[in-house]
Amino acid sequence: MAIKKFINLNLKQRLSLKRTEAKKIFMTYLFVIVSFAILQGMSITGTLSSTMEGMLIPICAYSVMAVSLNLVVGISGELSLGHAGFMSVGAFTGTATAILLQNLIPLAPLRLAIAMMTGAFFAGVAGFLIGIPVLRLKGDYLAIVTLAFGEIIKSIFNNFYLGVDDYGLHASMLTDTTNLASGGRMIIQGPIGISRIAKISTFTAGFILLMIALIIVFNLVNSRFGRVFMAIRDDRIAAESIGLNITRFKMIAFVTSAAIAGAAGCLFAMNYSTIFANKFDFNTSILILVFVVLGGQGNMLGSIIAAAALTILPEKLREFADYRMLLYALILIMTMLISNNDGIKYFFQKINPFRKKQEAE
Amino acid sequence: MTFLNFFINGISLGSIYAIIALGYTMVYGIAKMLNFAHGDVIMIGAYVCFYAISRYKLPAFVGVIGAVLICTILGIIVERLAYKPLRQAPSLAVLITAIGVSYLLQNSALLMWSSNPKFFKPIIARGAFKFFDGQLSISHITILTIATCVLIMIALSVFINRSRLGKAMRACSEDKGAAQLMGINVNATISLTFAIGSGLAAIAGALLCSAYPTLTPTTGSLPGIKAFTAAVFGGIGSIPGAFLGCLMLGVIEIFAKSYISSQLSDAVVFAVLIIVLLVKPAGLLGRMTQEKV
Repeated sequence: MAIKKFINLNLKQRLSLKRTEAKKIFMTYLFVIVSFAILQGMSITGTLSSTMEGMLIPICAYSVMAVSLNLVVGISGELSLGHAGFMSVGAFTGTATAILLQNLIPLAPLRLAIAMMTGAFFAGVAGFLIGIPVLRLKGDYLAIVTLAFGEIIKSIFNNFYLGVDDYGLHASMLTDTTNLASGGRMIIQGPIGISRIAKISTFTAGFILLMIALIIVFNLVNSRFGRVFMAIRDDRIAAESIGLNITRFKMIAFVTSAAIAGAAGCLFAMNYSTIFANKFDFNTSILILVFVVLGGQGNMLGSIIAAAALTILPEKLREFADYRMLLYALILIMTMLISNNDGIKYFFQKINPFRKKQEAE
Repeated sequence: MTFLNFFINGISLGSIYAIIALGYTMVYGIAKMLNFAHGDVIMIGAYVCFYAISRYKLPAFVGVIGAVLICTILGIIVERLAYKPLRQAPSLAVLITAIGVSYLLQNSALLMWSSNPKFFKPIIARGAFKFFDGQLSISHITILTIATCVLIMIALSVFINRSRLGKAMRACSEDKGAAQLMGINVNATISLTFAIGSGLAAIAGALLCSAYPTLTPTTGSLPGIKAFTAAVFGGIGSIPGAFLGCLMLGVIEIFAKSYISSQLSDAVVFAVLIIVLLVKPAGLLGRMTQEKV
């Protein structure tokens, strides 16, 4: 039972497995910390252009989104097409919390932290509720149902009204029947979303969130759970036959991923003065999927670099803005063809001058 | 009477979904892949039809035939370039490629024809038959849609169950290796499946835009997803299942739109899909396949 041995490694085996893995993890942390230090230094000394400065927080948010989706797509091997839905849940609940706590907690970083935790909590709950039906399915069916859930979440937030006045919270669906007392404030206004958000997201907060996300994901991946995820991904039937509860382990990966995405959504939302549900649509889910696929499934550093590069690139190539999505589509198709077709893979290996020498087998 | 009106509208919408879903379900049956780009082939077909009729003033049927031809060729090209190299790849890779193709088609359309909505001229004259002193009105396009759908459904069933090529298709969907050993050209058969599916998508595009006349580069994507939903609902791979699933989904959508809320109708449709998949994971008429180790 090779698979069982793989999951229940003893300490010595675990250490030897970790040594190869540890270098990769260390490099990822180092990359994130060094980039943060450089960018923060440039930001303080004022050498960073204002457009770059404005992109720092979205880059952090997208990186966290990519890392969390990579846990589902790369490590546990399930295609989720509704990841933006969790971002949306986190963004709306987190921002609403921040608005409610505005007078109670004057300290902005603390308020942001609480908002992100609330966002992560609600997104995690959403992930759990969605996971119950979704994770019983597999393959294409699972993908289409996550897509359906993404659309449902969008529809719900597009028709949700939430307001607060002296008597407490008022919520309604479809039409605004909250009837707030004077002095009350509408928080979520259906298709208009949340407006007049105090922008309290900072680059430092984004950096900390990314580090936390990486620590959670790496520790999960290199634990017994992570090895179970990979065993399920590589051979579901074999994993099932040694008595692993597939649904339970998939659920752990799914909920963790959803919660991290929720925190990222909150960070993302609090960087803008208005957000609305249509911002987190199917296109956003695909965009994050592109980050994961381009960076390499299961490769967290790759996800972060892809997220950063594909956020900066369109700004730098403004004159080609129309061709941006076309380029993304081509990147997706080409990456898949190159990495999955032996003929094309061989062709690229042949023309790559930096290729490693093939070891004779 | 309004109930009956809604019901007929639902059947009409369901018929359009059924024509789209046929393409999905046939491709899924034979290539075991979810062709995400199918919805965008509908949109391309509708644009070709639009330009033929409104810009070049050609008769409607010429426009539809032109759209069918172009979409058929497009379907074959896409299959050859993007999907054929991935025949042996894991399904996740194929699905991501299909999403990429969908994006490619959408954004090419955006660049060629801009995002401004076009007003699609219906392929037959507007008008309606009135019954019961005008309380029940059935428009010409509704009748044309339902008739076309039934005709296509019968023709396709006969083709798949009676002809040699249909037999080859069934053989390929059962076991590609064995089919090849029996002398069936598997690649040509898969190409044929894509060609038929894409041709039907063009017809669906013309009918869809005749009933709902605004045409944009994203027109096809939501109907495409819903048609796939309906195909899953009825049991993917099964043609009668797709037909039944689509008619039911069309009726549910129109009822949800009329009696609950037009904004929430999509959510209702998707919720129904989720419930069906939970109760019957293989769909209404699908068969459960046992996994072999």
